[in-house]
Amino acid sequence: MAGYKPIRKVVSGNYAAAYAVKHARVQVVAAYPITPQTSIIEKIAEFIANGEVENLQYVPVESEHSAMAASIGASAAGARAFTATSAQGLALMHEMLHWASGARLPIVMVDVNRAMAPPWSVWDDQTDSLAQRDTGWMQFYAENNQEVYDGVLMAFKIAETVNLPAMVVESAFILSHTYDVVDMIPQELVDEFLPPREPLYDLTNFERPFSVGALGTPADYYEFRYKLQKAMEKAEKVIREVGGEFGERFGRDYSSMIDLYRTEDADFVFMGLGSLMGTVKQAVDLLREEGYRVGAAKVRWFRPFPKEEIRELAKNVEGIAVLDRNYSFGMEGILFTEAKGALYNSKARPLMKDYIVGLGGRDVTVNDIRKIAENMKAVVERGEPDVEVDWYHLKR
Amino acid sequence: MNTLFGEKKEGATKIVPKSVDEYPEAPITLGTTLSNFTGDWRTFMPVIDDDKCVKCYICWKFCPEPAIYIREDGYVGVDYDYCKGCGICANECPVNAITMEKEEK
Ligand code: SF4
Ligand code: SF4
Repeated sequence: MAGYKPIRKVVSGNYAAAYAVKHARVQVVAAYPITPQTSIIEKIAEFIANGEVENLQYVPVESEHSAMAASIGASAAGARAFTATSAQGLALMHEMLHWASGARLPIVMVDVNRAMAPPWSVWDDQTDSLAQRDTGWMQFYAENNQEVYDGVLMAFKIAETVNLPAMVVESAFILSHTYDVVDMIPQELVDEFLPPREPLYDLTNFERPFSVGALGTPADYYEFRYKLQKAMEKAEKVIREVGGEFGERFGRDYSSMIDLYRTEDADFVFMGLGSLMGTVKQAVDLLREEGYRVGAAKVRWFRPFPKEEIRELAKNVEGIAVLDRNYSFGMEGILFTEAKGALYNSKARPLMKDYIVGLGGRDVTVNDIRKIAENMKAVVERGEPDVEVDWYHLKR
Repeated sequence: MNTLFGEKKEGATKIVPKSVDEYPEAPITLGTTLSNFTGDWRTFMPVIDDDKCVKCYICWKFCPEPAIYIREDGYVGVDYDYCKGCGICANECPVNAITMEKEEK
């Protein structure tokens, strides 16, 4: 453990995000309230009202599209900018998300995962954020409130190093409104870790004017896309470095893009994103006692996608049970597609099966994971999956 | 009076990158308002009659480029490198001091 005294608070996931925004010395927050994100912005507004933050401008806007537009303007002008949203709000931002990444603006956003309507829902489901896969935003999935706090701080540093925007994703209610102990970092130490932003260009230099968001004809557009991909590749390295530095400074290591839990001698592993994986880790402990050799592989960063780490993991296991709290209609769970795709051109290709769980906030319990383990064990023993995609909870 | 573009026009450069490494990191400065000479777009050119002009500067305010500048004698001039010939100035001038004339190229 690093040598400092953390500030221990019992906070909801949303308050953890708000405190991280405060400690990151964000300069502009533009947001529109949407359940379950609202309390992030409420808490930030409270910090401003109480004079607890200096130099933080809150921009009230009339929609999420405008929230992202205002964040883009602020970030283009050199500010450290933050916003937060959920589900339909994120979908409404979609067009603007491309503007942020294309213009290479390191905005950080918290998306509180919420199911897409209809039917109308406010509960946890990852389809909203995963549907933004191709917007050029980095995506970090938090397992618990601590990771929400740590994730926001790291996201700013990584985003500002590679000049790409980053999304920190937490589960609706399971994290957003549930209180837990979070170790916060004293302001001076955050300041050392996260110095003021150095923008890519200076919009206030009137002697050298330029256009932002200028027209790119077929002669130029292509090269800018290539540069964006190169920035994503660089981000992988930066993520590992910043995650390692975070571990050295504050005692919580994030130097790998996949968090491996008891996978060393595992016959098969559960793979998934976010808070779901907390339950899975607990299940792994119980299953190990019952004689199952299982482990968990929590994918922390979905973009950039940890292809290499998944290939390494695949060398050592016979099966991967992917748990998808999301769905791409006409195909399968989104993480399943991605993980399979990462392995296609490699030699190690363990058996893989996709378990669709928890859509729209349906509870996923330790017992569910046990049942999935029984099923997956049979799949591995048989050497082929019964079905590739299993709608696990379906009332039959 | 110095025009807004007077000195800056010389410094305006158009970047034509030859390899991917020559591109800026973010898509900026491909063409600024200064280097993008919108004068080529013009079919009709505004011609200002100083005898009619009452120095209200409405044209100066409305010109979208802005190609209209205020001369040292207080009257208005047109910077034809940037005037795109939209005719807004002529439309807005309260005393019809501006006429749009077909330009011979
Ligand atoms: S024609 Fe249009 S661009 Fe030209 S000076 Fe008048 S308003 Fe400006
Ligand atoms: S609008 Fe007409 S009168 Fe007014 S400054 Fe321009 S040319 Fe002169």
